[in-house]
Amino acid sequence: MSLLAQLFPPGVLRPMELGSDGLILLTVAGLLFVLTRYRKWGWLWREWVTTVDHKKIGVMYLVASLVMLFRGGVDALLLRTQLAAPGSTFLGPEHYDEIFTTHGTIMVFFMAMPLMFALYNAVIPLMIGARDVAFPRLNAISFWVFAFAGILFNISFVVGGSPNAGWTAYAPLTERAFNPGVGENYYLLALLISGIGTLASGINFLATILGMRARGMTLMKMPLFVWSALVSSALILFAFPALTVALGLTMLDRLFGSSFFTLTAGGMPMMYVNLFWIWGHPEVYLLVLPAFGIFSEVVSTFSRKTLFGYPSMVGSLLAITLLSFGVWVHHFFTMGAGAAVNAFFGVSTMLIAIPTGVKIFNWILTMWGGRVRMTVAMLWQMAFIPTFVVGGATGVLLAVVPGDYQFHNSYFMVAHFHNMLIGGVVFGFLSGLYYWWPKMFGYMLDERQGRWAFWLFFIGFWVTFMPQYFLGLEGMTRRMYTYSAGFGWTTLNQISTLGAYVMGAGFLVLVYNIVWSMLRGERDVTGDPWDGRTLEWSLPSPAPEYNFARLPTVTERDAWWHAKREGGAVAAQWRAREIEPIAMPRPTAVPFFIGLAFFLAGAGMVFSWWVVAAVGFAGVVALLVRGWFDDQDHEELSRDAVLRVEAAAGRLQA
Amino acid sequence: MCRGGAHCEKPLRGRGEPVADRPSGRRRPSAGTAADRNSRTGRPGRSFARLLPAVATAAALLTGCGPHYVVLHPVGPVAKSELHAVEMASIPMAAVFLFVVTLFVIAVLRFRDRPGNTAPYLPDWEGSRRLEIVWFAIPILIIAFIAIPTVRTTFALDRLPPAQDPLVVDVTSLDWKWLFQYPSAQIATVDYLKVPTGRPILFELTANGPMNTFWLPQLGGMEYTMPGRLLPLWLQVDKPGQYWGRSGNFSGVGFAHMQFHLDAVSPAAFTAWVAGVRQGDPPMTAADYQGLLKPAVVGVETYSGYPAGSFPTATHGFTLAGGMYTYPPSS
Amino acid sequence: MNTPLEAGRAGRVPLEFSDHHGALGILGFWLFLASDVVLFSCLFAVYASYGMRTAGGPTPMDLFHYGPAFAETLLLLTSSFACGLCVYQLRRRSRNGAAAWLAVTMLLGLGFVGMEVHEFASYVALGATWHKSAFLSAFFTLVGTHGLHVSFGLLWAGSLLVQLWRRGLNAVSARRLYVFSLYWHFLDIIWVFIFSAVYLAGRIG
Repeated sequence: MSLLAQLFPPGVLRPMELGSDGLILLTVAGLLFVLTRYRKWGWLWREWVTTVDHKKIGVMYLVASLVMLFRGGVDALLLRTQLAAPGSTFLGPEHYDEIFTTHGTIMVFFMAMPLMFALYNAVIPLMIGARDVAFPRLNAISFWVFAFAGILFNISFVVGGSPNAGWTAYAPLTERAFNPGVGENYYLLALLISGIGTLASGINFLATILGMRARGMTLMKMPLFVWSALVSSALILFAFPALTVALGLTMLDRLFGSSFFTLTAGGMPMMYVNLFWIWGHPEVYLLVLPAFGIFSEVVSTFSRKTLFGYPSMVGSLLAITLLSFGVWVHHFFTMGAGAAVNAFFGVSTMLIAIPTGVKIFNWILTMWGGRVRMTVAMLWQMAFIPTFVVGGATGVLLAVVPGDYQFHNSYFMVAHFHNMLIGGVVFGFLSGLYYWWPKMFGYMLDERQGRWAFWLFFIGFWVTFMPQYFLGLEGMTRRMYTYSAGFGWTTLNQISTLGAYVMGAGFLVLVYNIVWSMLRGERDVTGDPWDGRTLEWSLPSPAPEYNFARLPTVTERDAWWHAKREGGAVAAQWRAREIEPIAMPRPTAVPFFIGLAFFLAGAGMVFSWWVVAAVGFAGVVALLVRGWFDDQDHEELSRDAVLRVEAAAGRLQA
Repeated sequence: MCRGGAHCEKPLRGRGEPVADRPSGRRRPSAGTAADRNSRTGRPGRSFARLLPAVATAAALLTGCGPHYVVLHPVGPVAKSELHAVEMASIPMAAVFLFVVTLFVIAVLRFRDRPGNTAPYLPDWEGSRRLEIVWFAIPILIIAFIAIPTVRTTFALDRLPPAQDPLVVDVTSLDWKWLFQYPSAQIATVDYLKVPTGRPILFELTANGPMNTFWLPQLGGMEYTMPGRLLPLWLQVDKPGQYWGRSGNFSGVGFAHMQFHLDAVSPAAFTAWVAGVRQGDPPMTAADYQGLLKPAVVGVETYSGYPAGSFPTATHGFTLAGGMYTYPPSS
Repeated sequence: MNTPLEAGRAGRVPLEFSDHHGALGILGFWLFLASDVVLFSCLFAVYASYGMRTAGGPTPMDLFHYGPAFAETLLLLTSSFACGLCVYQLRRRSRNGAAAWLAVTMLLGLGFVGMEVHEFASYVALGATWHKSAFLSAFFTLVGTHGLHVSFGLLWAGSLLVQLWRRGLNAVSARRLYVFSLYWHFLDIIWVFIFSAVYLAGRIG
């Protein structure tokens, strides 16, 4: 196949794709122009590309995830537009298949995961009273590896062709025999590379939380968001290797002719399904547990009350983590595992509802006897409770194995998992975003605009997905690019599409909210705009580079809340003689180049350009070895420098 | 000490501690924090807007009686049993939802941060062993209530009805069509089935290509068709008529067109049909079969015979032992 | 002698644990090893499922011979022992001793990799490529992944030798050496499982 034909197959030359290419070029050109005109290249390099500061890395993750939310959302709108009318020719089958694949892959891997890491990076070290994460350079490597993997995935529709086998990429549909072309290679390589970054982050946050807590902060005195990050990082550690194997073996089949999931030579496609879901189920808990952690923080802060039942909240997090490894077959009850296996996994799936229910009751009881303030962050929590309970209830219905025989792969299932992922994960992360935004950026997101964004998104969500439960009962299967009028599915599909557009409007208002507030938003002058309870609110907004001028000592939960009660205004101040010089990790360009090297390696593998791939991998190894010889990775921040920053923030006692 | 016009109520009960001072430092201290502004206005519109989704859902629910809701209109014992299992589980789930939402709404309304709210303020109320035991125990009971019949039905569905001779139909999913073979009658059809009513039908499922699922929603739940494996599924239809079926697992560009229909007729009519096919329709040649393997959507076809070996023998399949599926350990 | 650093310098605490960052690094590496255990577990599971799926091609009985597998085992286990002696020298604060035993570890490891490459080449010459069957795919991937891990470890050990020579023994190089030894012993354990589940089980039944 000629190089041109390989790079530009028909799927890449459709009007929609070419139009998007044009938009991307314009955007990139615009960015380059702005950076050059305002002479920001040096700033970009020094402050962002080479940074190892967890707070900045968090901001970069956030920007990436919002851009990906846009792309995944546009994909969703395209899908819903196609389904609004029976027999629609808006999207042909090949196009539709590519779009639902990229929609799912982007939302899970390049929107939800980075948004989670954005919040972890922004806040976890601050909450535990640490100056940074355990391995700052590894943190930067994680980000750049993820970013370049995301770029690799996103250029698939520009050159080579998008993957089209669904975000689950079941064999043997992904085998070369049924899927020639490079689309699936993009999927496999981008996720394998991005998985390396994710695993590294999991290790990083586990070590950070286990080894860098402030003095006196025992595990049972940590904020619950930190607990949720701990268990979620453990889930990453134990689940992602299974995905690596599932995708890696598929890649070996496609690129190197092995016989793992082939139709002949003894291959077993069902092996892929098991490996994928052994990762896949813990993955969704990995995403929702931090959302639970955020809700615990938000509910107690905005009810002005201590969280109800802290020990059982921790216990249920641990129970959910353990149970999540014991339910994966519920993703394929209909694959002939037999009644005994199906029954076991059906019951184990139902069991997860129990610790989750405990948490819901504890959140409601946290409000009970408190004083509830309806900020936008709290509104998201209010929306979460009824939405998530509906999703959980339908989950139990899906766990009723005979019911799943009818519901599997239908729109009932699609509605359920969007219910959990949007109603749980996205609502939770947006709540956290509005809650911690002032800490990250130093200004508030406007509350009124936030309420508009919230209502549009919340109502839009219900209008989009509630009809889909009924479409499932009407027998509509997922991933169908069109349907005939005789099935009676038209009206519900139209309602669902309308809801999707309302959600899109909500997203636009959110973006407007961010941009407007950046320019005209209320500055957060005190560092504690919500009358918070945990240590991050004891710092100025945004926090100084070193976080804490003096590392705190903690004696109880909700340390900052109690410090304020006992110390009043002086709780956040220190005396000059308490300040000492601080060792800060040095910025380094190596993580950026490691990401770039992975990109080269990945691109080479995608197109079977072995030389390019070899150069990329050699580059990764060379950069790692160079890192091993780099001992000068810290520099000292002088006492005077620290005093100056603290004085400017009004934190020095006279 | 209260500042800036923010509400300054002291609780009537509880620890008696005043609401903590909010830090000033706003440019307009008299307006209080954004959070205070929200709570002061009370926002009555919220309650109404929150009813909207509930109303929409109720409206949609009311249409559940329509004939398009195929899952809710079973025509055979398998689908009936599956629907019954779901209905049984829906009742406690609906009750849980109502209870949680009620408790939640009460909490939100009663404990709003409004000036003059006389509800008790208990800022340090950390937990209640008794309450937690209650809402740990009740979900366990509910889950047990749902799980026990679930397990029973799951095992029951793997069992063919006793004392009845099933009609065996071999099903192969292809790109993008369905091949049905009747080994007892040695006839084959593409994209449609004819079966007798009132008799269990044992489908032996396989694929020659990517995985699909074989789904006739009014007859019962689906089962995967996988290459290199043979999976059993028994269904039965008690009411004559035509019922649609389709693939439920994405298998490529023609996937949405993998539809077929099932004609349920009386046993006598079925026998007559089989006889008619054997006499009237041409047999499937090897070339015909190869043609079916090509990726394309074809129309309905009928054959009075098919090449030997066009359906895999059960090497990694299953056996029927006493009317129950058993899977050999090696699969 | 309040801080771990002082205790480390006085020999009371192992050198690699004497600074907080070092201790964190070791914790982080244990966490990485946990994830690697899961990776190998999945590969073992694949091999266990595919062990019989020879699709009419070469079977484990046809391919595996006790001799080479035993020799590879001997080489790797001895190199792990040498690695242990290297850490012993580290405890004695002997830079030259640690470097010497690290070199021995590397040589033996190199021998292992060489034998394994030769083994794979011999199978390919017989026509037993991974295209032929699921069993062969699983075999080459499981054992090959282990071999790649060992090769990467050799590169790592080489760079450690250079670091020892240039910078001597301090808290940082001690930690790196200790972490390498954890990695090396881990690979040894995985090999024991491979030897049992692949070669022994293949010959026995």
